[in-house]
Amino acid sequence: MSDLQSQDYVRRSASTLTPPSARSHEDQVAKLIDVSRCIGCKACQSACMEWNDLRPEIGYFEGSYENPMDLGPSVWTLMKFAEHENEQGNLEWLIRKDGCMHCEDPGCLKACPAPGAIVQYANGIVDFISDKCIGCGYCVKGCPFDIPRISKTDHKSYKCTLCSDRVSVGLEPACVKACPTGAIMFGAKTDMQRQAQDRIVDLKSRGFDKAGLYDPPEVGGTHVMYVLHHADRPSLYSGLPDKPRISPVVGAWKGVLKPLALAGIALAVVAGFFHRITAGPNEVTAEDEARGERVLREGGDGETVSEESP
Amino acid sequence: MNRPDNAITRYTTVNRINHWITAACFVLLVLSGLSMFHPMLFFLSGLFGGGQWTRAVHPWIGSVLLLSYLGLIVQFWRENLIHGDDIAWLKSIRRVLANQEAGVPPVGRNNAGQKLVFWSMALLIPVLFFSGLLIWEVYFGAATPIPVQRVAVLVHSLAAIVAIIVWIVHVYAALWIRHSVRAMTQGYVTPGWAWRHHRKWLWALASGRHDRHAPEERP
Repeated sequence: MSDLQSQDYVRRSASTLTPPSARSHEDQVAKLIDVSRCIGCKACQSACMEWNDLRPEIGYFEGSYENPMDLGPSVWTLMKFAEHENEQGNLEWLIRKDGCMHCEDPGCLKACPAPGAIVQYANGIVDFISDKCIGCGYCVKGCPFDIPRISKTDHKSYKCTLCSDRVSVGLEPACVKACPTGAIMFGAKTDMQRQAQDRIVDLKSRGFDKAGLYDPPEVGGTHVMYVLHHADRPSLYSGLPDKPRISPVVGAWKGVLKPLALAGIALAVVAGFFHRITAGPNEVTAEDEARGERVLREGGDGETVSEESP
Repeated sequence: MNRPDNAITRYTTVNRINHWITAACFVLLVLSGLSMFHPMLFFLSGLFGGGQWTRAVHPWIGSVLLLSYLGLIVQFWRENLIHGDDIAWLKSIRRVLANQEAGVPPVGRNNAGQKLVFWSMALLIPVLFFSGLLIWEVYFGAATPIPVQRVAVLVHSLAAIVAIIVWIVHVYAALWIRHSVRAMTQGYVTPGWAWRHHRKWLWALASGRHDRHAPEERP
């Protein structure tokens, strides 16, 4: 959505050259969402709308606390409510703030065909540069978390920017600022990991012996991390992927097929060229014309004509 | 049109119009499709007014191509049915490629190479159309689950690459076999051309037994 500086890019979609990343030092940032401290108040959702000037269409009550029911081009973060009955038969209300995970190895960026429409800054934030977006929806196919949404209004893709505009001037993301319980934290990724470990020790001491940090290594880690009480089963939290990874289908499409396809096309053209300069064109001779004429004149049946050798 | 008296009609006006609509669509699809396939070719999107326009117009051209190629199938399917002759022709493909006409078995209206191009496209174009529908974000973005779309986009790319290679073979063959292009631009060939490249077709025409809409069986 917004643009820091091109010197801060470490990855740039549909680009064959490595981006400059000219700055000498930049801390990797991360947002840490402590699910165990979330009360589901949706202040983060409101703050996101407020800061980013997003006004999703007003929908209908669907029998769920979720409102609206899904992420959208104007809904970049969404509280998802799951009811889970634990082994003791007690109800656990698992509330997760859904949104872009800002993968270290972003599937959206890998899939994007428009140069520079998706970038990753040196601080780890994955951002959509909307004026370069062509609305093809490839990022939707590349994303392992089902996050990007294409607007029906301007046919561009949108998602959480991790408030890259705020972060670039030293502010925390809007959702972090609004959270009343401190369930959302923001800072250097290493600090956030340390913070998470403290929380996990605390949760384990209170009986959640499977508590842990969600920072999936399959996508190189993420710049949005969760503290989960049931880190062994992330899918309990409204379908958070247990092992998110860029689909191998996308990998084949964007990996091996691209050079192979261009090589195949080039080979066909080169083969044609060399056939032309070796075998040469196939010309009709005067003799062919004479024979052809004779066939037409004599109402020629092949039985007699074909006996002659050409 | 500077058409000689002894010219033989190979493609009717309807054949030719239909063919060139198909050809124009195909070329536009290759240019717009490749621009969305490889970053080094993204500049081709400039031909269509930028990335957004390329993305928007590509599926519509594809829809026209499908209809147009259906027209070609209706007109040409019979003469492209595979016969025993085709196997014999394929077996002598080395001589064909070396321009050694002697020893190449005579063929009817189309040789096996032309038939393979025809049937490859008859298969690939519907595959491209239907896989393309699944990834036509504006109208069908929500119609299928994302894993299905991932497979569709891979199938679409693979089929497109094969189609492009088949198309290169088709264009090269038309340039290599001299005066084939005239058959598709002006519609006619000379008796010598027919004798050299499609002798059984010439025989059938000369004996008045040729019916374009019947397979060319020798009695």
